[in-house]
Amino acid sequence: MKRHLIMAGAALLVAASFAPAPAAAQDSIYVPLMTYRTGPYAGSGIPIADGMRDYLTMLNERDGGIGGVKLTVEECETGYDTKKGVECYEQIKGKNPVMNNPYSTGVTLQLIPRAAVDKIPILSMAYGLSAAAVGDTFPWVFNPPVTYWDGASVFVEHVAQKEGGLDKLKGKKIGLVYLDVPYGKEPIPLLEALSKRYGFELKLYPVAAQEMQNQGSQWLNIRRDRPDWIYLQGWGAMNPTAVKEATKIGFKMDHMVGVWWAGSDDDARGGGMEAKGYKSLNFHGYGPNFPVLQDIKKYVVDTGKSQFPKEKFGENLYNRGVYNAMLIAEAIRAAQKVTGKKVVNGEDTRKGLEALNITEARLKEMGMEGFAAPLNLACSDHSGHNKVYILEWNGTKWQKSTDWTSPMKDVVRPLLEAAAKDYVEKNAGWPKRSEACAKAS
Amino acid sequence: MDVLYKVLVDPFLQMGGAPDLFVQTLWEGFVVGTLYALIALGFVLIFKASGVFNFAQGIMVVFAALTLVGLYEKGVPAYAALLLAIGAMFLIALGTERLVLRPLVNQPDIILFMATFGLTYVLIGLGELIFGGSPKVMIADQLLLPKGDITFQAFGGIVQLQKIDIAAAVIASLMIAALAVFFQKTRIGRALRAVADSHKAALSVGISLNQIWVIVWFTAGVVALVTGIMWGARSEVSFALQIIALKALPVLILGGFTSIPGAIVGGLIIGLGEKLGEFYWGGLVGGGIESWLAYMIALIFLLFRPQGLFGERIIERI
Repeated sequence: MKRHLIMAGAALLVAASFAPAPAAAQDSIYVPLMTYRTGPYAGSGIPIADGMRDYLTMLNERDGGIGGVKLTVEECETGYDTKKGVECYEQIKGKNPVMNNPYSTGVTLQLIPRAAVDKIPILSMAYGLSAAAVGDTFPWVFNPPVTYWDGASVFVEHVAQKEGGLDKLKGKKIGLVYLDVPYGKEPIPLLEALSKRYGFELKLYPVAAQEMQNQGSQWLNIRRDRPDWIYLQGWGAMNPTAVKEATKIGFKMDHMVGVWWAGSDDDARGGGMEAKGYKSLNFHGYGPNFPVLQDIKKYVVDTGKSQFPKEKFGENLYNRGVYNAMLIAEAIRAAQKVTGKKVVNGEDTRKGLEALNITEARLKEMGMEGFAAPLNLACSDHSGHNKVYILEWNGTKWQKSTDWTSPMKDVVRPLLEAAAKDYVEKNAGWPKRSEACAKAS
Repeated sequence: MDVLYKVLVDPFLQMGGAPDLFVQTLWEGFVVGTLYALIALGFVLIFKASGVFNFAQGIMVVFAALTLVGLYEKGVPAYAALLLAIGAMFLIALGTERLVLRPLVNQPDIILFMATFGLTYVLIGLGELIFGGSPKVMIADQLLLPKGDITFQAFGGIVQLQKIDIAAAVIASLMIAALAVFFQKTRIGRALRAVADSHKAALSVGISLNQIWVIVWFTAGVVALVTGIMWGARSEVSFALQIIALKALPVLILGGFTSIPGAIVGGLIIGLGEKLGEFYWGGLVGGGIESWLAYMIALIFLLFRPQGLFGERIIERI
């Protein structure tokens, strides 16, 4: 008898292990978040993960979800590792997710061909493949509010403004210090094109992931080459190391500008007062003094539902997570509006993303007035090519140092379209867009 | 012809043309070389005592540094935190001996190696549980480590030596020298060498294997703490530091897994080789060659000395 019971128990266990994962309840919307709270990049991953989770939790607590439907938020740990990210996707895709947030350019590149097949849109907020902004080629991929190419063009505009005009760029030397992975390499084609157009010399300084805390050689090269300006496209521990190395060789810190992913408080903090003047691109508010952040504090932080350290609340990457979660929520809201359904799925959210129109009035309604710029996506434009501004480190914290600046869309957009065309040519059998446009472009 | 010129002639012309940069590169290579040697030493000590490549050495660097900074952040004075961090490394040594090594006595080396994998993940989890995954700033000022630089006109230009790098090189050199003397000249050192030769023979002459293992793992823990402080001060204290520790692998291949002088010489060759290689030849292939150049250098040495520079030549009868 006992033996039979054991056999039956074992059979049940085996059966349970092969049973399909339970789908999210029909009265909730399943929002998976690929995050990394462990590993070498955890320092950058944690504040973003907490910002996203806290905003979505706040919507559940304050509003009862979106359109009366609760959100089921689930994190999957990728460790910023492409293989683990793809494994996460395999776990997520059967649970009726509204979208994927890979939070890694490497993972995004892997998932782009699968998005259309599995009918799960990808939201790669200000990361991933820049050419994915071309919605006619990539109907399932979205990279608002700005692409890496837009960011690099704003950096060049900033340099031109400081040097006295675009014509003054001729003969200048601009260095790109980048993490030698797909993310870091993303702005190279745009910077090469701009270097030909404006006559500046582009110097490349790749940093291998294994060497991100050991950059002595790259900065010796920089000391030898003497670039006039540096653009930093780093991540994780690479950024604070680069900032420290720059101070060590006495590089003019106000001539070093990081992409938005090189703008965490921790990136500059290690450099302290010596890092004063270091700049970073940014596309959302900094600090806790926005109504939306105060609501998160009231409904999530003060009620003990947040894991984020209270003393760091409102720091730059935390707010980045909040902004990202706002895009997720607004896409769901737009999908509900476009389809008339309450519980939306991936296909619906794709339509919602294409119909996304976040106006000044809507930002104010969300408590984000001054926190972000209005955003309007379209079927052909999945980025928005929004304005960004520049933050400057004052030795202890970031301060806004410029107005919102538009990228060189006239330069960037044709290059993106050419890159999208090139992507299609290199990926034989890439499907032509068959998805109807939910909104006139 | 042009390629040959760029590979064989131009770099040396650059060295002669800008000797200040050449000296600066040598200095950078020397500093990282000493730090590599220090990391490699942690591996060598454990390999000598237990015949196992300790995969957990990298995470020990992170854990030690995180303990130090984490305790300081909780209000413990800097030097008290330093002593407590040393104490934590002793507890890890003791725990490893009791829970991992003792039950695995006389098991094949690969079993012990796999056990250090397990230990790595335990320490990662423990570290994240106690201190979180966020990066921390090393308390270099509070530990009275020097900051700033010494800049002087020399070799037709400027040579700049960071004081923290000088401190790192001096502390690492002193530590390596002290450990070398300790393990070569003292009774414990002789016992360690006996254990390295044969566990059974060492036991038969009354050497306590367990005691030696605790001493060696504790020493490797202190080496990890010093490495964490020095490298953390150059960058930040985060889990990314464990990657740096794996740079000791080519050092060990080159110097031999059982040789303390090998770790020192290997560290310096790899440190100097990768900095000179990246600076003068890296540009020819787009840069970023350091990560594999170290292994190339080690492999070239292996062609001529398969046992490493100072490794023991093993002759087996077949």
